[in-house]
Amino acid sequence: MGRKVLVLAEVKDGNLRNVSYEAIAAAKTVSEGGEVVGVLLGESVRNLAEGLIHYGADRVVVVENDKLSNYSSDGFSQAFIAVVNEEDPEAIIFGHTSLGKDLSPKVASKLDAGLISDVIDVEVAGDNVVFTRPIYSGKAFEKKIVTDGIIFATVRPNNIAPLDKDESRSGDVSTLEVEIKDLRTIIKEVVRKASEGVDLSEAKVVVAGGRGVKSADGFKPLQELADVLGGAVGASRGACDAGFCDYSLQIGQTGKVVTPDLYIACGISGAIQHLAGMSNSKVIVAINKDPEANIFKVADYGIVGDLFEVVPLLTEEFKKLKVNA
Amino acid sequence: MNIFVLLKRTFDTEEKITIANGSINEDGAEFIINPYDEYAVEEAIQVRDEHGGEVTVVTVGGEDAEKQLRTALAMGADKAVLINVEDDLEVCDQYTTAKIIAEYLKDKEPDLVIAGNVAIDNGTGQVGPRVADLLGIPYITTITDLKIDGNHVSVVRDVEGDEEKIEATLPLLVTAQQGLNEPRYPSLPGIMKAKKKPLEELELDDLDIDEEDVEAKTKTIEVYLPPKREAGKILEGELKDQVQELVSLLHKEAKVV
Repeated sequence: MGRKVLVLAEVKDGNLRNVSYEAIAAAKTVSEGGEVVGVLLGESVRNLAEGLIHYGADRVVVVENDKLSNYSSDGFSQAFIAVVNEEDPEAIIFGHTSLGKDLSPKVASKLDAGLISDVIDVEVAGDNVVFTRPIYSGKAFEKKIVTDGIIFATVRPNNIAPLDKDESRSGDVSTLEVEIKDLRTIIKEVVRKASEGVDLSEAKVVVAGGRGVKSADGFKPLQELADVLGGAVGASRGACDAGFCDYSLQIGQTGKVVTPDLYIACGISGAIQHLAGMSNSKVIVAINKDPEANIFKVADYGIVGDLFEVVPLLTEEFKKLKVNA
Repeated sequence: MNIFVLLKRTFDTEEKITIANGSINEDGAEFIINPYDEYAVEEAIQVRDEHGGEVTVVTVGGEDAEKQLRTALAMGADKAVLINVEDDLEVCDQYTTAKIIAEYLKDKEPDLVIAGNVAIDNGTGQVGPRVADLLGIPYITTITDLKIDGNHVSVVRDVEGDEEKIEATLPLLVTAQQGLNEPRYPSLPGIMKAKKKPLEELELDDLDIDEEDVEAKTKTIEVYLPPKREAGKILEGELKDQVQELVSLLHKEAKVV
C-alpha cells in the first residue's frame, strides 16, 4: 500500500536541525514505501529544501511568509494545516522539540486527531504502525498505536538514526502560498541564555553536577570537561534547588530527560527522581566521594573520589586523547 | 478574574514503577499533584491575590483525585471540580481528556487557564494546547514569568534554555515551566478551610457528553520496564591511574569517545 507522510522540518539559526533528518527516517518507516514529503515553514527557507531530500525526503513543500519569521502556534498551525489540506497525508511526523511540543497538539486538535508524543522508536507490525515511548520519564516504556484517523507522532531528538546522506538524490520542491491571519501571541524579544553550541537534549555527552558541586563556580570544571568532549552541562534537582545553576539545566523526572552516549555524573547521589532522567543513557560514569551513593548502582564505571580532583584530571586526560587521535 | 487550573494526579517522583498484569501497578503507591501543575496552582493563586477573582481547579480522573484537589484548595484555590470518568471510560487519551475539559469550560468564560506544561507520568504535554484550541483561545507553553496588566499579558517562555518575551491578551491559556514560582505548602488553617470549600463532582452525563464523542484515538498495546542496569566497575588504585584507566575504558571498551 504505502502511506504519504508529511514531515515538519525544523530550522534553527538558518540551518536544519538534526531532528528533522531523524523525523524523515521515522517517516520512511511509517510510509512503507509510500512518499515522504518534507514541509518547510519560514520567512526564507527554500534554500534548505535540498538538505531534506539528501536525507531521504522524496519532495518538499515550502511555505514562505513574513509572518512565519518567528515561530508562533497561530502562524505555523495555519501554514501547516494548509499543507495538510493540499496534500491529504496518511501520517505526520514532527520533532519532539520545544517547537514540536508546542505546535503538534494544536495541529492534532484542528485535525480532530490523536497524537503520540515523544517517540523513541517506530516499527511496522502487520497493519499497525507501532510507536515506542517512555512513560514516567523513562522508568517504563509503552508501545502505542493510532486506532482512528491520521497517524501523528513526534520523535524525540537523538533516538532514531537518520538515513545516510545522499547528495545525488533529487526531488521536486514546490511552493504553497498561504495567507496567514492575525497572530494572537507576538514575540517581542529572544534572550539567548542556553550555552552556546550543544543543546542538552541533543548532546552526545552530558557532564552533570549535583549538590557535591557546592556552588555556581563549582560548575566551571564540569563545563571545561564538557567543552573538551563537545558535550553539554546538566544538573540534578539538588544543584538547581540550591541555586548553583539555572532550572533549564535540570535533568530528572521534573526537568529534562536525556539519553546521551556518555553521561558523567559528578557529585550526584542518584535519587530516583534524577535516575529517571538519565538512566537510559548508553554509558554512565559516576564520580562521588560517597562509595555508598545510589548513583554507583546504575553506573558502568565509577570513581570514588572528590570531583574537584577527578574532573580536572579527566579533562587533561581527554585532551591528551584528542591530541593523539 | 475568572481563573481555571488544569490539574492531574500523578505518581510521586520518588516512586519506583512496577508492572502487574500488563499495566502500571498502582498498589501502595504515593500520589501527588503533578509537580508542574503545582506551579500552575501557585501562579493562579498569586494572580487572583493581585487582580481579584476566583481560582477553580479542574481534574479529569477518578474518586481518588479528590485528595489532590483538596490539597490545591488548601494551598488557596477557591473551588474544585472533579470530572469523574471512572465508570464511563475504559480508555482515555489526551484527545479524550482535552475534549472533556473543553466541554466543561466552554460556557465558563475563563479569562486565564493555567496548566502544567507536562505531566510526569505520560509526559505528552498535549492537553493544555488542545484545550486552548478547542476553546478558540491562544496559548503559550512552558512559561517562567507571567505579568498581567488589565487585558494585556506579558510572558517569558522557556525555549530549550533560551527566553522568549511574548505579548498576548486575555483570554489566554498558559502552561507552567519549572522556575515560574515556588509553590507554597498548605498551611494548617488552609487545610481546615479546604474541607469546607466547594468540590463539585461531575460525570460525562452532566456535561452532555456521549462516550463516543470523546473516544480515544490512540491505544497502548504494551507496557514494559527498561532492562535493569547492573552496577558496573568501581575503579581502584591511585587517582591518577584510575582516571587514565577510565579514559582508556571509555575509548576502547565502551567506544563512546
